[in-house]
Amino acid sequence: MSIGLDHYLILSAALFCIGLYGALAKRNAIVILMSIEIMLVAASISMVAFSRFVVPLLLTGQVFAIFVMIVAAAEAAVGLAIIISIYRNRETIDITKIDLMKW
Amino acid sequence: MALEATFWILAVICVGAALAVVLLGNVFRAALSLIVCFLAVAGIYVTLSAGFLAAVQVLIYVGAIAILIILAIMLTREVQRGSPFGGLRVPALIVAILCLGVISYAVVATPWQVSSVPPLEPTTPALAGRLFGEGGFILPVEIVAVLVLAAILGAIILVREK
Repeated sequence: MSIGLDHYLILSAALFCIGLYGALAKRNAIVILMSIEIMLVAASISMVAFSRFVVPLLLTGQVFAIFVMIVAAAEAAVGLAIIISIYRNRETIDITKIDLMKW
Repeated sequence: MALEATFWILAVICVGAALAVVLLGNVFRAALSLIVCFLAVAGIYVTLSAGFLAAVQVLIYVGAIAILIILAIMLTREVQRGSPFGGLRVPALIVAILCLGVISYAVVATPWQVSSVPPLEPTTPALAGRLFGEGGFILPVEIVAVLVLAAILGAIILVREK
């Protein structure tokens, strides 16, 4: 059985759900950010797979994956800056203790 | 045959490393497994004949994002406290498994219009044409440049000493 679109999509779904579990269940803000990176990578895999198997000559999925990477880099920079500034003020990055905006 | 073996090995490494990121108690080891996961994803891109994307994946994710994350781990000294699970552990597991089931069912049940055309190789000139050429993605490229500039300025302002 040769490797087709389904294999890549299910791999991407598995990675996405692992990232989702990490983002929902963890308490360390940096680990949550890493889980979000895994979810973004999973979405990129499925877009590149669609690009390879459905429209092999258009490359639109690969262009989208490049934009996802740039947005992920920007998100990591701003997210880690926020985490570091919270750590400076409150000496913790445990998200259950960061309740500044809780109503 | 070689492609199939490569795919399965890379897929197992990828999922295993992602699981290690989520399940390991040590934050630093989790960051190192995140690097392994990103490298395996670069290999997956190679099996999808997206060579340029694989190189960019290694440069940006492994070279920049992973270094940023490790730097943040060292600056925040949360290594001693580890990466504990919160109170939502069981509901999160249920949500993730449900999500995986629904997506897998949708993927298997949908009749995809798979094209039999061989993929474009090499992809770099064609990608450049799509990004910068006539009728391409030149406006999003400009917008993304502004986004990155805003992100850099925001990061500098957020971490600057008062």
